[in-house]
Amino acid sequence: MSDFPWLTVLVLVPLVGSVAVALLPLPAAQAKQAGLAVSVVTLALAAAVAAQFDVEGGMQLTETHDWISAFGVHYALGVDGLGLLLILLTAVLVPLVLLAAWSDTDQPLGPDGEDETTRQGSGRAFVAWTLALEALSLAVFAATDVFLFYVVFEATLIPAYFLVGGFGREGRSAAALKFLMFQLAGGLVLLASVIGLYVVSAQQGSPSYLLSDLEQLDIGTEAGRWLFLGFFIAFAVKAPLFPVHTWLADTTERATPATSVLLVCVLDKIGTFGMLRFCLGLFPEASQWATPVVVALALVSIVYGALIAIGQDDLLRLIGLTSLSHFGFITLGIFVLNTQGGSGAVLYMVNHGLGTAALFLAAGFVIRRRGTTLISQMGGVEKVTPVLAGLFLVAGLATLGLPGLSTFVSEFLVIIAAFQYQWWVGAIAVTGIVLAAIYVLWMYQRTMTGPTVPALPGTGTGADPDATGSTRTDLTVREGVVLVPLVVGLVLFGFYPGPLLEASNPYVGTLLERVGVTDDAPTVTSPESETPASAEEGS
Amino acid sequence: MDSTTFVKPTLDYFHLWPILVVLGVAALGVVVEAFVPRARRFATQTVLALAGLVAALVGTVLVGLDLTEVGDGAARGLLTAGGTLVIDGPAVFLWGLVLIFAVGGVLLFAERRLEGGVSAFAGQAAALPGTEAERQAQGLDHTEVYPLMMFAVAGMMIFPTAGDLLTMFVALEVLSLPLYLLCGLARRRRLLSQEAAMKYFLLGAFSSGFFLYGVALVYGFAGSMDLAAIDQAVRADTGNHTLLAIGMGLLAVGLLFKVGAVPFQSWTPDVYQGAPTAVTAFMAAGTKIAAFGAILRLFYVGFGSDRWTWQPMLWVVAILTMVVGAVLAISQSDVKRMLAYSSIAHTGFLLTGVLGVQTSAELADGQVTSLQAILFYLTTYGFSMVAAFAIVTLVRDSGGEATAFDRWAGLGRRSPWVAGAFAFLLLSMAGIPLTGGFVGKWAVFTVAFSAGAWPVVLVAIFSSVVAIYFYVRHIRLMFFTAPTADSAAVVAPSLLTSATIAVGVLATVLLGIVPGPVLDLAGHAGEFIR
Repeated sequence: MSDFPWLTVLVLVPLVGSVAVALLPLPAAQAKQAGLAVSVVTLALAAAVAAQFDVEGGMQLTETHDWISAFGVHYALGVDGLGLLLILLTAVLVPLVLLAAWSDTDQPLGPDGEDETTRQGSGRAFVAWTLALEALSLAVFAATDVFLFYVVFEATLIPAYFLVGGFGREGRSAAALKFLMFQLAGGLVLLASVIGLYVVSAQQGSPSYLLSDLEQLDIGTEAGRWLFLGFFIAFAVKAPLFPVHTWLADTTERATPATSVLLVCVLDKIGTFGMLRFCLGLFPEASQWATPVVVALALVSIVYGALIAIGQDDLLRLIGLTSLSHFGFITLGIFVLNTQGGSGAVLYMVNHGLGTAALFLAAGFVIRRRGTTLISQMGGVEKVTPVLAGLFLVAGLATLGLPGLSTFVSEFLVIIAAFQYQWWVGAIAVTGIVLAAIYVLWMYQRTMTGPTVPALPGTGTGADPDATGSTRTDLTVREGVVLVPLVVGLVLFGFYPGPLLEASNPYVGTLLERVGVTDDAPTVTSPESETPASAEEGS
Repeated sequence: MDSTTFVKPTLDYFHLWPILVVLGVAALGVVVEAFVPRARRFATQTVLALAGLVAALVGTVLVGLDLTEVGDGAARGLLTAGGTLVIDGPAVFLWGLVLIFAVGGVLLFAERRLEGGVSAFAGQAAALPGTEAERQAQGLDHTEVYPLMMFAVAGMMIFPTAGDLLTMFVALEVLSLPLYLLCGLARRRRLLSQEAAMKYFLLGAFSSGFFLYGVALVYGFAGSMDLAAIDQAVRADTGNHTLLAIGMGLLAVGLLFKVGAVPFQSWTPDVYQGAPTAVTAFMAAGTKIAAFGAILRLFYVGFGSDRWTWQPMLWVVAILTMVVGAVLAISQSDVKRMLAYSSIAHTGFLLTGVLGVQTSAELADGQVTSLQAILFYLTTYGFSMVAAFAIVTLVRDSGGEATAFDRWAGLGRRSPWVAGAFAFLLLSMAGIPLTGGFVGKWAVFTVAFSAGAWPVVLVAIFSSVVAIYFYVRHIRLMFFTAPTADSAAVVAPSLLTSATIAVGVLATVLLGIVPGPVLDLAGHAGEFIR
């Protein structure tokens, strides 16, 4: 059983599914069903991986084969706590995204300046690119060879580019180009560092890109800092962090909500994932050296992201910008370099994935009914579609970190960690929560409450673009199947974050030991205090 | 090899077989032109050329298997023809590449379905454009192109094999002269084609003059044309070093012109655009491979111990080439010109690899060498360039190939396969992972970084970002822009072009996913014989 290449299969299933959907001449409807089936199988495989996972076992289910021996490159996969959580998140989100976009690809979302003819058969392309993105993302989270990581990290951009550029609203191709240019520029900076690692590795014996070999390397202080910078800049673009975030809002505004979920909730996690695994894991000294600057950037991201989110009139742009604030929190948690911050950041990555996905998808359903993305042209939606509005509210409350929802736990941990680092850092971070309350509640007020706009379906003039033939205007079954699991997850992990912490704590503990932080996980007066946060210190 | 007494050169026919068979086929092709009836010439020439190339390819493989170690074992091979030809691992590897891309070239040359039953070459090259004579020659096929191409192939094979400067010069001319002619033979847009040939010829003749002057000065320094003797003279450092430096610079001008490095790049876009696309495909791959082989041999073997003199020059040239190639490509509005500027940028990346030369003492066990990196890069570059230009021949309207950007709008909607293949090749040229181009780029950047040329690598990375912009912009044009009324369409080609494209794309995929075998082969080629 242990020899079975679980992770390879996990990556291959969606990849093969993607190729099959792309090549077989299926009608769009069947392609969607096939894609959904593949993604559910992938989810089952991910669950199987989770079932065998031993929380105290470090890197496991490893597979190592020589790939390019001339470069010291291996095809090496493995999961640890961090990788497992993100693999599960990805595997959960993809079927929901496919389901949410079920009819997006038949009819454009909102005004589309370009031709309608291209829509025919594009459902198949959407499914194929989504599955390709899933496969590559899973490979990113499972890669334990830096070169392999780099290859799949960059390769994820191609499906993402086609998803943004091929589906969505007018101006999407320009947005896709901007997205790709930012990401590839960051990726090439990373390339310089990856090459640098090879050179350092070659100087100290035979070159190897295996993470386990690189961790043994004695990278000099100065070299380490330069290489760290390359990694950090790439991940800051990816995450995104303050000065290099400008692609984010444009992309989420133009792309479909489903694509945005894949981008923001899965792909961007690679940025913070990379910060943990590579920045801290390979360059502990440089990480400590860079902490003040990174913390400052994270704080700017938190506050600035929230402030500009308040001012948006485009619903999708607004949600995109809230993520800037959230990624600021995650980065802050990572770089204050203590166990609470680390665990909080890992938790945050999962919870943000659930919360923001719910918000994006619910917003997509609202927009589909209303036919516009502009907040100022909405209003009174809750009277027509109370269930949808309710779920939208829950997702929004998760975004602002309401106690009882899972995002609260992680946000709380990060803020405590920030206070431990410097009290004023914590104080600034707290303003992010206040601002989040403003942008979420004000958005809800403007879209859902107030007089109902005449163009809404069910009020006479509006046609239901969700042409399922039914007369229902509130949440359809399909939409419910999409949103309910996310909301259940948010509530469940809000009251019982134990499983998440159990998976992340040992990982964070070992990681921070490498960085040289030995704060013995002070007891936390938060819902997860009963979890053995200090257990990893002994191992 | 004492140069004062005459020694009858011995020719090692087995190892020279690949060159001899190509030259023989070229000569035979001329005879065919003279004696075979016009109606049968096309078939005869095509089969003859292909058979010759395949025979040479088989010979190349046999020679490659037969090379024996010389000296300390770092290099394998032998000197023949009195030391004028050095048949070593890298030379044989380059032969293989040139021959493979020549096969692709012949297949593209022989494509007749796209033009409605005739080839892409002018029916009667001597007929003035727009005259009655030209109209009469409309249905004719120019079959002289095959022997011309075979001569060029032979020159490309001798060029990186040359063990002395005079042989190198002769090879340079043998490969160049037929190409000048081939560039002027386009069936459509003949004035543009003739202008390209004229420019290429004039500038090429100048650069040959520079090269020859450099040969003379280096001879003045070393007292020999022989690269090994030059190497000894450089090591001993007895002569006039100024003479050497100027000679080196002039030789470099001649060679850098051929690879299209800045500031000797200005011919590239005009020639690539004007030449028949099949010729461009063959030339872009073949000339670059041969000329880089010669550059490597000249600088690594002849001037290897005087790295500090030529490296600063190449630093500047490499940086300029990458930046100019990438930046000017942005302002292009023609696919062939864009690919031409992209090939200039690739020259810069390859030169970055040339800067990565390190002695074996400086290298860790199993570390990738600059020679290995460049040979691999040339392989992926050749496959993607030949396939990309082959695709350009398919996108047509009533006036022939439609190379203006706006004609390509929305191509992905109408012909997803062709546009997808082109997009994939562009991504490979941009160096996106899981393509051959990425591995090549990684390899040349790594060797340069490892040799301490990190500023050049940083510029290379900056240029790559710029280059990605124009590649992706073209992908956007094909896939995300609505087709207009005068968008061009893809014409179905015969099996010849399809096969070339398929092989090029497949090789680019495979080199990206399993680069190991080719990298090992390039590593196995070993060093040049010094």
